[in-house]
Amino acid sequence: MDALDLARWQFGVTTVYHFLFVPLTIGLGVFVAGLQTAWHRTGREHYLRLTRFFGKLFLINFAMGVVTGIVQEFQFGMNWSEYSTFVGDVFGAPLALEALLAFFLESTFLGLWIFGWDRLPKRVHLACIWAAAIGSNLSAYFILAANAWMKHPVGYEVTGGRARMTDIGAVLTNSTALAQVPHVIAAAFLVAGGFVIAVSAYWILRERRADAASRDGAGTAGAPAAPGARSPAGGGPGPRAAGPSMWRTSLRAALVMTAIAGVVVAGSGDLSARLVHEQQPMKLAAAEGLRHDENGAPFSPVPGVEVPNLLSLLAAHDPRARVQGVEDIQRRYAEQFGPGDYTPNVPVVYWSFRVMIVFGMAAASLAALGLWLTRRRRPAPAWFARACLWALPLPTIAVIAGWLLSEIGRQPWTVQGELLTAASVSPGVSLGEVATSLAVFTLLYGALAVAEARLLVRHVKAGPAPSAPPPGAEPGTGPGDARAATAPLAPTLMY
Amino acid sequence: MELTTVWFLAIAVLWTGYFVLEGFDFGVGALLGVLPRGRAERGQALETIGPVWDGNEVWLITAVGAMFAAFPAWYAGLLSSFYLPLVAVLAGLIVRGVALEWRGKVTARERRLCDAGIMAGSALTASLWGVIFGHLVSGTVTAALLGGAFSLSLAVLHGAVFLGLKTAGPLRARARGVALAVSAGVLPVAALVLPALARAASTGPGGPAAGAAAWAANPLPWATALGAMVALAAAVALVWRRREGWAFTATAAAIALTSATLFAGLWRAPLPGLTLAEAASGPYTLGVLTWIALVALPFVLAYQGWTYWVFRRRVTA
Repeated sequence: MDALDLARWQFGVTTVYHFLFVPLTIGLGVFVAGLQTAWHRTGREHYLRLTRFFGKLFLINFAMGVVTGIVQEFQFGMNWSEYSTFVGDVFGAPLALEALLAFFLESTFLGLWIFGWDRLPKRVHLACIWAAAIGSNLSAYFILAANAWMKHPVGYEVTGGRARMTDIGAVLTNSTALAQVPHVIAAAFLVAGGFVIAVSAYWILRERRADAASRDGAGTAGAPAAPGARSPAGGGPGPRAAGPSMWRTSLRAALVMTAIAGVVVAGSGDLSARLVHEQQPMKLAAAEGLRHDENGAPFSPVPGVEVPNLLSLLAAHDPRARVQGVEDIQRRYAEQFGPGDYTPNVPVVYWSFRVMIVFGMAAASLAALGLWLTRRRRPAPAWFARACLWALPLPTIAVIAGWLLSEIGRQPWTVQGELLTAASVSPGVSLGEVATSLAVFTLLYGALAVAEARLLVRHVKAGPAPSAPPPGAEPGTGPGDARAATAPLAPTLMY
Repeated sequence: MELTTVWFLAIAVLWTGYFVLEGFDFGVGALLGVLPRGRAERGQALETIGPVWDGNEVWLITAVGAMFAAFPAWYAGLLSSFYLPLVAVLAGLIVRGVALEWRGKVTARERRLCDAGIMAGSALTASLWGVIFGHLVSGTVTAALLGGAFSLSLAVLHGAVFLGLKTAGPLRARARGVALAVSAGVLPVAALVLPALARAASTGPGGPAAGAAAWAANPLPWATALGAMVALAAAVALVWRRREGWAFTATAAAIALTSATLFAGLWRAPLPGLTLAEAASGPYTLGVLTWIALVALPFVLAYQGWTYWVFRRRVTA
């Protein structure tokens, strides 16, 4: 174990962790903006309550995305100073653009949205959440353009030992980026859609249980409606207050969003696979575990099972196309770049590829099935509502696996064909320093993950705020809650 | 003007904007357990920075991103050579940011934990920027510690003055008292730090001390450091005379002029053994960045300014 290994672990840990929160920010921001737009258009109360409820969950999650994102920007320079010096001329530009064009938009307008409920005209306030959501999505584009350049460097030349940008247009319209952007953004909507599906299904189930309990136990006053559910402060809505149609609305909207996202993910994934075939043959070979170059290469969904010609068909849309194998590429790279190991960790790449596809498509299929089952005012069957709880973890696991495939599959390069990971690390940073920072971030992130999960669960269980402020303070409500009741339009007002 | 110069100035402006803007929200955060009394006042104090602190922090993200793009070797060298202090900065920003966002959504016990996180994160980060830049220009531990004391006390003063400007009621009156008390510490530290900073910035720490020779060698950092001292003294007088708006302008000017002194030094030597010309990206990249910044920055300034306008009213408990 040396500083390089620890620096790689640190990048992996902090980046995967960061990306647990980012997809929810990207997708849920647009979803909340959509809910608020629906409220603005129709004036229907339950859209407002859904906006406030999912808006609060969005904000709890947003905080984590922001603070873990700062680490990302700093750690290129801290752990990877050789990389940063080599690529900064090209790679730094999209990062600077991300901050200037996307992060300012996102942060400023989100602040206005949170605190502006009763201070801005309704239309302006609605525009604020859209501006923030656009900022989040725009930031994805810029960072993915930077990431795409590491896999498929374009629009540059190497002079004096540093990459120099020659064409910003080429960098921003890199074919790899144009395939990755829809793939990652659609995956983010898959994650956010899955989140809303699971939360809505949880409430649908809980309300049915409460209904059943109140029918059975008519007369047994005070029977707990939903075990484990805590009533929120400020005169809880009770399980019934939400109304079944409200959760059906959010469930149906999220099913549509997730199903569409599934189609886009699959289409852009197919496009990405063809680009990987051309631009990063080693990644494709490792993802398939293909050892030697083959014409009409087969695809094996699991080891031991082979579908003839399928890999060639997937990679080049031609069943007879030649696909390169790991060992042959290794031999050619050694001839081209000098002796060395140019093979990534094949088992990790192989399995992450499969996990990504299976889990991602499972989430999308669940959504498509749900759309069919709940068509024309049909209530969601109980077994389906329970299955919907899986919509929460499935797409997130798929997204993590996708990044492992993408970035571990790129090894041993940081910039494909130009710079090796081993040559990218900061020469002046000691093992002890990297170990310290890895320990600090791992402990801090671990504690925050627990806190975030508990906070989200608590607010999901508490449900939305009551639709109208209760007349007078109810017994047991504190001064802060009374204030919340007098300012129903400032649900997310924080202090 | 050469593009390298333009981008050095742009980065100096971005860092200065960050110090001035996040300076007051660090100060408000650090004062959270000291100045406001009781839950309502703590909420009142935090509401003054609630809508804006995250946007203020983007100045840092943009400053660092611009360094990466325009001077990659400077970005890489600076960040890798201040490794552990920056780990602490990041930890401070993480704890503080999460605590600020979560505080309104937790139980009473957890809210006290959030308050502690906001205070500790704000105070830690505010002092670490002084430590890092103090060490960068002077290379000594003493200067780093003095720099930390200065940046923390300056942020606390700036924050107290901001609270006086943005709140109503008892908190406003108490903010004035705290600002005056803090200034008794800030002024002597400034009298130690600013001449040393000017000296290190003009000729390096080994150059001539204050005097005609030092002034002749490089007058700019001496002028800005003097300006910072004057602004700080003016700020104290203005707080005393209850001119809250002008007092805030004066503390903002003191921070901006201190930052200008620092960057006058970094212009001469961005990092030991590195010149800006060596660190810079090519003219093509700098040109592209210039055009984009010229188009985007007016919008950013306009909507961020508008945010301050929307929330211009004093916050009541």
